[in-house]
Amino acid sequence: MEFKNPQEELGRFRHRLAFAGGFVLVCFALLLARFVWLQVIQHDYYQTRAEDNRISLVPVVPNRGLIVDRNGVVLARNYSAYTLEITPSKVKNLEEVIDELAKILDIQPKDRKRFHKLLTESKNFESMPIRTRLSDVEVATFIANRYRFPGVDIKARLFRQYPFAAFASHMLGYIGRINDRDLEKIEEREVEDNYRGTEHFGKTGLEQHYEFELHGTTGFEQVEVDAGGRAVRTLARTAPVAGNNLALTIDAKLQEIAEKAFGDRKGALVAIEPTTGGILALVSVPNYDPNLFVDGIDSQSWRDLNDSPDKPMVNRALNGTYPPGSTFKPFMALGALTLGKRRPEQVIADPGFFNFGGHIFMDDKKGGHGPVDMYKSIVQSCNTYYYMLASDMGIDNMASFMGSIGLGSRTGVDIDGESEGVLPSPAWKKKRFKKPEQQKWYAGETISIGIGQGYNAYTPIQLAQAIATLANNGVMFRPHLVKHITDTRSGKQTPVEPHPVKTLPWKQEHIDVIKNAMVGVNKEGTGARAFAGAEYASGGKTGTAQVYSLKGGQYKKDSVKKELRDHSLFIAFAPAEQPTIALAVLVENGGFGAQAAAPIARQVFDYYLLGKVPKSAAPADEAAVGEEQ
Amino acid sequence: MIANLWRKLVAPIDGPLMAIAGLLLLIALVTLASASPERVMTLLAHVAVALTVMRIVAQIPPQRLMHLALPMFLLGIVLLVAVAFFGDISKGARRWLNLGFMRIQPSELLKIAMPLMLAWYFQKHEATLRLRDYAVAALLLLIPVALIARQPDLGTAILVFSAGFFVIFFAGLPWKVIIGLGAAGLAAAPFAWGHLHDYQRGRILTLFDPERDPLGKGFHIIQSTIAIGSGGILGKGWGQGTQAQLEFIPERHTDFIFAVYSEEFGLLGNIILLVLYALLVGRGLMIAANAATLFARLVAGAVTLIFFTYAFVNMGMVSGILPVVGVPLPLVSYGGTALVTLFSGIGILMSIHKNRMLVQK
Repeated sequence: MEFKNPQEELGRFRHRLAFAGGFVLVCFALLLARFVWLQVIQHDYYQTRAEDNRISLVPVVPNRGLIVDRNGVVLARNYSAYTLEITPSKVKNLEEVIDELAKILDIQPKDRKRFHKLLTESKNFESMPIRTRLSDVEVATFIANRYRFPGVDIKARLFRQYPFAAFASHMLGYIGRINDRDLEKIEEREVEDNYRGTEHFGKTGLEQHYEFELHGTTGFEQVEVDAGGRAVRTLARTAPVAGNNLALTIDAKLQEIAEKAFGDRKGALVAIEPTTGGILALVSVPNYDPNLFVDGIDSQSWRDLNDSPDKPMVNRALNGTYPPGSTFKPFMALGALTLGKRRPEQVIADPGFFNFGGHIFMDDKKGGHGPVDMYKSIVQSCNTYYYMLASDMGIDNMASFMGSIGLGSRTGVDIDGESEGVLPSPAWKKKRFKKPEQQKWYAGETISIGIGQGYNAYTPIQLAQAIATLANNGVMFRPHLVKHITDTRSGKQTPVEPHPVKTLPWKQEHIDVIKNAMVGVNKEGTGARAFAGAEYASGGKTGTAQVYSLKGGQYKKDSVKKELRDHSLFIAFAPAEQPTIALAVLVENGGFGAQAAAPIARQVFDYYLLGKVPKSAAPADEAAVGEEQ
Repeated sequence: MIANLWRKLVAPIDGPLMAIAGLLLLIALVTLASASPERVMTLLAHVAVALTVMRIVAQIPPQRLMHLALPMFLLGIVLLVAVAFFGDISKGARRWLNLGFMRIQPSELLKIAMPLMLAWYFQKHEATLRLRDYAVAALLLLIPVALIARQPDLGTAILVFSAGFFVIFFAGLPWKVIIGLGAAGLAAAPFAWGHLHDYQRGRILTLFDPERDPLGKGFHIIQSTIAIGSGGILGKGWGQGTQAQLEFIPERHTDFIFAVYSEEFGLLGNIILLVLYALLVGRGLMIAANAATLFARLVAGAVTLIFFTYAFVNMGMVSGILPVVGVPLPLVSYGGTALVTLFSGIGILMSIHKNRMLVQK
């Protein structure tokens, strides 16, 4: 047996103790290093993370700006309504709760669908609507049962409303739930923060164009939340700033009269204040009810609107392109004067047709108008005069003059998606067609373009801008709908120009010749029946746009299907001496310009100048047999 | 008369140890009052019981303790086996034994019984210590550790194992063997990995990359490191820790109370805590160095290092450098059983210190 030395054993033990003590110190030093790393070196990072944990920014959505007409009539507003909202983090079994709610309130499958869609998109401590627009009875029913539904509550939210429903809808547009395309726009402008909490976005019309004016500045509540996402207290609140209000150049009453004047016909009307470019009425009928879109349109209504042969969703004033027909003639005449191709008193003989290299272009009037000067060519809408003029001017001159008054290019009106139309020229044809044989310009094409037919295709707003420019003696303005934007907080009004876009190099004597002839149209020409007995002098020009090519056959109204009947056009200004209103009217399949379009213009002028309110829609003047096309 | 009584009462109590433990209890009280004020009264009750137990244990001379070693150890083993067969399951682990009137956790008993048992064994074979005795001791150690690890309760298994290992280490296990076993352990690590429970593997993986599962297993560690880091040098102030007050810290009155303390008292508070534990360990090692018998020396050294193990593992896991195992912060974490166990340990140290000369004579 080995002999042990107790003293040696104790010494060895104490060595081990010392070693253990050293080990302990090393381990504690390790911990200390870790604490220094976390609490000194990385402190800022962890401080931020702790704050992120604790503080949640809850957006407070601002009130959307109002849209009012030039007299303050409200066209788009917000109203407060009760919604039933669920805070998912406070609810254990969502489906059960919704089933229970459905027993006391009307909850449709589409409400559930929408709720689940919202659920996947948002954080679970925000409350989300399961039902919107509760009636007072429903609110009372829920409140009586509230104790059974922790995490479910009633909240007041703001909704967009268009009080006149199907009225000026193409101009106002509508808002709808934000989609991916809207998000792209928001990201493009880098305003994501300002759209936190916002559910709606302008989709069309003014709501779309002025989205970022109308939206306002989102407020924020700094809320302290616990680990379960429950709000503990509000730390700070930045109040939202309501969006800017839009005051329009539109006169709502005039707009209403213009819309009603169409009756159940389709068409468009654009009335402009010539001295500013401010749009007084912008009509596209049929209308639709923009309220349908605010909370997501149901599929049935959407199908009805989209599949309707009347195409109510199309804004005809900006996106319908039509041949101008004879409304082209005053501009042709002005071009001829400006270019020195005609003098006003120069007379041509009209045998009832124009022979262009063996090809016969017919006049409407059998046997022709006889000797025709410029005045007569406009008043009686003589085609032969313009066949000859077109031949003398040539297509390039015509295209450059018509282009100068804005035909064939976007006017820049404050609604997005305006169409360009077609200003025909050899250059345009080259671009438009691919095959070489299609690209060739035929001299005969120039002739029919001279009377506003052929490839000519312009939007009603382009025609309105052109006639407004003429009425304003060549000073051109950009047509616009918003008169001024009002900052809701300061009340400061920012006016939208008018600065003239350009002043056309026209001689006043030439302008007067054309205006005088157009006054003649309404006094003794194709517009005389519509303007019989008017207490003011006005200038106008009728037009008929061919929908259906007759290929030399006789046009008989009754034998042609309604969809193939010609479009009726009218451009006009009044009062003749100092025009305060200029307009373009288009009635689809309305027949001759004098028949359908001119009576509508008469009602609009009568109200605007005299305050006369018509009793019914403008009657179609079946007896007005136009001699023009 | 009263002064006499008091003198008798405090006679076996070691001043320095008591002072250190008292300061740690103060930290426990202050932190709990912030983390979970409704538990403060219960903590005071726990403290009263634990101090009483300490006083009683301090009264027991080491020789008596030595006689208790074997019976306590055997009782512990029997209870552990009973747990394995009849134990209650809670949170997926079979750790508790229901006696009808109360539920006990037998593994807690082993934390004290284990070092006593091994120290007793070495004392018994003091004169003839050979390598074979170390092997027997290792076997005695591994039986309960295996039973506890199977429950599964990795935290307690680690504590019991280290308690026993410290005894063997202080008993003079040759360095060659220690290094050899360490190397073998490292080599066997991949094999051991296959035997871990999924949740245990998850905890280890989470340690290396807490963001792997930020809302699941990583959540605890992420939130506690945020709490510690955001505390900074001076801390956010008592009751001002947002991580703690808004309940981002899990288990904030028990295993993760250090995160609460560290958030509110900062690096400065942490240094104070480390110093207190270092003093506790220092005092314990001093007691061990001066102990009268091999048994006393081994027990004092092991019990002292147990405190270190608790403190190191707990602070290491809460600050994210060790995997999450259920080890409380000694004397600070809320929990009556652990507090009684720890104060029994202090009582043993006190007893050994009081009796350092008696037997030597």
